[in-house]
Amino acid sequence: MIAYRAGEPIRVAQFLAEVERVTPLLGPGRHVLNACGDRYQFMVGFAAALVSGKVSLLPPTHTPEVLRELIRFAPDVVCLSDDPAADFAVPVVHYPPTTPASGSSSARMPQIDSQQLAAVVFTSGSTGTPVAHRKTWGRLVACVREETRQLGLTEVPAAIVATVPPQHMYGFESSVLLALAGGELLCAERPFYPADIAATLSSVPRPRVLLSTPVHLRALLASGVTLPPLSLVVCSTAPLAQQLAADIERRFSTLLLEIYGSTETGQIAVRRPTAAAEWQLWPNVVLSSQGEETWASGGHIEQPTRLNDVLEITSSGGFLLHGRVADLVNIAGKRSSLGYLNHQLNSIPGVQDGAFFHLEDNRSSHTGVARLAACVVAPELDAVRLRAALRQRLDPVFLPRPLLFVARLPRNSTGKLPQEALRALAAAHRQPARAG
Amino acid sequence: MSDNLSPIRQAASDADNGVLTRQVAALVVTALNLDVAPGEIDPDQPLYGEGLGLDSIDILEIALVVSKEYGVQLRADSEENVRIFGSLRQLVDYITTHRTK
Repeated sequence: MIAYRAGEPIRVAQFLAEVERVTPLLGPGRHVLNACGDRYQFMVGFAAALVSGKVSLLPPTHTPEVLRELIRFAPDVVCLSDDPAADFAVPVVHYPPTTPASGSSSARMPQIDSQQLAAVVFTSGSTGTPVAHRKTWGRLVACVREETRQLGLTEVPAAIVATVPPQHMYGFESSVLLALAGGELLCAERPFYPADIAATLSSVPRPRVLLSTPVHLRALLASGVTLPPLSLVVCSTAPLAQQLAADIERRFSTLLLEIYGSTETGQIAVRRPTAAAEWQLWPNVVLSSQGEETWASGGHIEQPTRLNDVLEITSSGGFLLHGRVADLVNIAGKRSSLGYLNHQLNSIPGVQDGAFFHLEDNRSSHTGVARLAACVVAPELDAVRLRAALRQRLDPVFLPRPLLFVARLPRNSTGKLPQEALRALAAAHRQPARAG
Repeated sequence: MSDNLSPIRQAASDADNGVLTRQVAALVVTALNLDVAPGEIDPDQPLYGEGLGLDSIDILEIALVVSKEYGVQLRADSEENVRIFGSLRQLVDYITTHRTK
């Protein structure tokens, strides 16, 4: 067995038959943008690319601007989609309709060269051009094999229910690859509402693992739903408050482990927030400090990589996390930088000047997500047109709220924009709106 | 929320629906820190994507607010889900039919 859909087991032979069926549809090009929303179909598409020596491309979002950059990176790219209405700027290969379960294959599990380039995962970079991070098959496998040990998933295969998309590095490793290379069982669904999470978990037998984020875990607690017995909850994408971790463990009688990682390095550390604030680094991964910066290397990491967080390396070889490098933005697990967002804003025709900034007290009460605000000087644009232009370039989570039109930005004498001055400007704009 | 709401479930009159619409609009604006006054939301404008410009995180937030206020548990697996967030009016209609408090 390799997966479940709606609680029904999907056997390995059936999976291999489906990989054989999808492989020829991908055509002669070398690159596949795998946009399948169904986690199992994503896994089939990824495996089909792998056995035919193709590279799966995983951009952070599918906005028209990002797709243009992707075509520049790989002009032969095709998009595999399971959405019949898919409309992309690249040729679309529709995932074929599922045939009855009788479609079994005599094929053996294919062997893939560990040097083969399996995926390229993109981060948004800071200048408008996405940055490509190459992932070879051998290192991806090494990473998830270590993950199964670190999470204690070594006995009976567990059913993995994940709320994160398979295209996100965390979801890719911890759901798709845990099944494909780690021996766990993938649930095809991507449950969204708390009631959906409960239903998907209930559809599969024990042991069950829930792979999620602070946003969805907070929502689960707020909703008051009951969950079936859970062996483990895994959380990543943003730091989880210790109190929230304790509440999750108590309410659902489970164990919560938090993973630390990044798109560049994959996962590299784990901790149980209710037991220790300190993160335990994976064996063979090495951290080194260079001034304010921390670099990671060794183990499955492709090349020495500067981490985007401020870390304090402890005497026992672990580390403490002290927040993000100032420019970086993480909203509901989607990562960007103020530099990149400002670049995109200022690239829109009609925008004379503009800046994104963090706003205090901008947190929504149940999911705990805080949005960015932006100030813009654009006398010839209105909010509707500017928002539409931003939507072409940015993932929706980064759309500014509020978006303030001003006569000029509060730049200081050196041309810099103090965050404090921006927040004061926002506060002044908010007063009349709240009163009305 | 000092509006004179009737606690009894019944077929909503247009007047009741207007009260509920204002109430839900206010809940949405407060929960999401939106930059508009509740009365400015066009009841027929799409909530998701273009229109009011909400994304999936917002939808999750609204779902929790609505479940807490009105006892309506939302599920994503039905066709209805797309329709519910089609507009404020459709969300209010859904709450009117499914509310348990």
